[in-house]
Amino acid sequence: MKRLRRTMLFMPGNNPGMLQSAGILGADSIILDLEDAVSLTEKDSARILVREAIKNLDYSNVELVVRVNPITTEFALVDIDVIARVKPDALMIPKATEEELKTIDEMLIKIEKEEGFDAGSIKLIPIVETAYGLQNVYNIIKSCNRIVAILLGGEDLTSDLGIKRTKEGEEIFYARNQVSIACKAMKVDSIDTPFTDTNDFEGLEKDTRKAKSLGFTGKAAISPKHIDTIHSVFAPTFDEIKHAKRVLMAMEEAEKEGKGVFSLDGKMVDAPIINRAKNTVELARLLSLT
Amino acid sequence: MKNILGREIPEYIEGYGKVTTFEGAFKHAGIKTKKEVKVNSVTPNDEKVLKSIEEVIDKVGITDGMTISFHHHLRNGDYVLNTVVGAIASKGIKNITVAMSSIFPNHSPLIEHIKNGVVTKIVTNYMSGPVAQEISRGILKNPVIMHTHGGRARAIESGDLHIDVAFIAAPTADTYGNINGLYGKSACGALGYAVSDAECADRVVAITDNLVPYPACPIEISQIYVDYVLKVDSIGDPGGIVSGTTQITNDPVGLKIAKMASDVMVATGLVKNEMSFQTGAGGISLAVAAQLRKYMKQHGIVGSFASGGITGYIVDMFKEGLFRSLFDVQCFDLQAVQSYVSTHKHQRMSASMYGNPDNKGAVVNNLDIVILGATEIDTNFNVNVTTGSDGAIMGGSGGHSDTAAGAKLTIIVTQLMKARLPIIKDSVTTITTPGECIDVIVTERGIAVNPKRLDIIEKLKKTNLPIMTIEELKTIAEKMTGKPKAIELSDQIIAVIEYRDGSVIDVVRKPL
Repeated sequence: MKRLRRTMLFMPGNNPGMLQSAGILGADSIILDLEDAVSLTEKDSARILVREAIKNLDYSNVELVVRVNPITTEFALVDIDVIARVKPDALMIPKATEEELKTIDEMLIKIEKEEGFDAGSIKLIPIVETAYGLQNVYNIIKSCNRIVAILLGGEDLTSDLGIKRTKEGEEIFYARNQVSIACKAMKVDSIDTPFTDTNDFEGLEKDTRKAKSLGFTGKAAISPKHIDTIHSVFAPTFDEIKHAKRVLMAMEEAEKEGKGVFSLDGKMVDAPIINRAKNTVELARLLSLT
Repeated sequence: MKNILGREIPEYIEGYGKVTTFEGAFKHAGIKTKKEVKVNSVTPNDEKVLKSIEEVIDKVGITDGMTISFHHHLRNGDYVLNTVVGAIASKGIKNITVAMSSIFPNHSPLIEHIKNGVVTKIVTNYMSGPVAQEISRGILKNPVIMHTHGGRARAIESGDLHIDVAFIAAPTADTYGNINGLYGKSACGALGYAVSDAECADRVVAITDNLVPYPACPIEISQIYVDYVLKVDSIGDPGGIVSGTTQITNDPVGLKIAKMASDVMVATGLVKNEMSFQTGAGGISLAVAAQLRKYMKQHGIVGSFASGGITGYIVDMFKEGLFRSLFDVQCFDLQAVQSYVSTHKHQRMSASMYGNPDNKGAVVNNLDIVILGATEIDTNFNVNVTTGSDGAIMGGSGGHSDTAAGAKLTIIVTQLMKARLPIIKDSVTTITTPGECIDVIVTERGIAVNPKRLDIIEKLKKTNLPIMTIEELKTIAEKMTGKPKAIELSDQIIAVIEYRDGSVIDVVRKPL
């Protein structure tokens, strides 16, 4: 069954209380963070804490992702070696380049063999958060078949570009388009950058709708309070589900009558509309909305 | 001997007396008799206003062995109990029983009086802070008797708890003893816990820092009950008086629990027009109120009443028209006080009207839904809100047992683990509220329904809520925390837990 990835919730890897409750906060995926949430002096203890949390706590109802430190740092290789051996669902790789991803892939092949895991079972989610990464997103996805999604990192990207990051997000419009299209072309999920104002739910909804309208399949979150709003944006509405079902019923009728093309409510229904309807009905089924 | 809940309780307890054993929440219902009250009649020439606390003590004739009572509407800002007991101690009087409806950290001067034999017995509904800690170390000569709010009123009205002198802290009093809690620098709102004391004590003294010309208006406690009036500089610290409410929790786990509790309420079908509701003043309890508020607004629901200790949050819901009226036994904050002053639809209920099982019908009998907390819950759904993880007293029923008995749906909201301790155990340290009155436990990891409530189980099965047995919840907790060691207790009984009907539901033994 396809796993939902509407929300990916960041949790600091050095906070035992949050690690304990991460799995029940309602997000589809949780990202245990060893990078930005953890100060330099705490990197080693956070790594150990996350390792022990994965070994001992039950995360079976979420996708378990660990954001390791960038490959250019002294922490990354130890992060990967330690964490991969307790088999998270995926590693999230900051500022990843094609070469770095290939290096990580080779490491994981070795670890999976040593630990007796299925080959390729540990997935990768690169973060596109540099000008280079944005320009090369298609190649980055192509570089490794472990990649299941791309996260757009708006804060770091705008910092790399030397531009201001705003709530309205006009400055990342192109980046969103680029990432969404590349992901769609390569059939992986596209995860939008998190909304950083924890108390502005109206702004969050607007921002999420913008991402969805550009084709993003999910959004990262830095606060558990954001999860319900993001989920409601990515869920089809009652009317959308109803319409999708009508399209599929009309399609069945048309097929019985031997028609290739048909109309519904005076509008022509062709393959793209049928595909969209199928996706809507499938998502509704996964969300138990039917 | 063991009572029906399996608690080992002696037939006779030194310092308490013969034990009537708990046999069920409503087993002792029937015909009750109210006590005869002795009244010193007052003639037209009698003066009630006295000049000092010493004069009060002399006039009411406090002697060794008497029982004096106080209410806790001034909460952690109360000055009256300390002042009165201090004056009694100065006169060399000993062996006093203090019947204070709740004891707070600022009542710590009681500890010295206990050690000096001035106070040898305490009757209360709730204890926290240094007094509770020291009593848990066994310093009090006789076991504390812990009542529920309704049970205390029952005990007073039946004569089981005889009060020689009731000291009523009065935010406003006139020279003839009419009292209200609405006005004055120490205004605290509804005086629900003082009513039975006023009506049944042998002598009643109003202590006020706002003596107004006769007559005070409105009259909450009438002059016909009050013997004397004393004016003092201050009856309490306003900052401590209205300190009862917390904020809605920001903790995502607490918010999740609140959402699940709200879903449970809706699924049972009880959230509808004319519904009634009560919740506590704590963070998760208020978050449940917030969820209910959202749902009621979305669906145009108007409830009949909300009750309890009333917080500003419930007042907001009332002002939005979500409830037609409020029943208030105490105001937790200034907003509640102001609402109580401003509209007759925000009504006081006495502690007796709130939860006394032995009158012609308490408000709890009309309650649809109540949201409560717990320090421990066992696999028979018995709940502890009296003792903490170290076995020491840190609370008490308050209205817990009363509301749980009366409400159609009693929901306990709690995290499954607090710090590194599981909340669900094989057996709670102290039973405050019996499992037969507890319907649903909502934790962030799952929801357990009392097996006796097949009706609720059927309704919740139709939802996506994570329903599991209480044993399964316990297993989930213990997987993370391990099984806690049993608390080691001595044989010394330091508290007797009376159920609302006067029977003994449990005792507290001194932790080692």
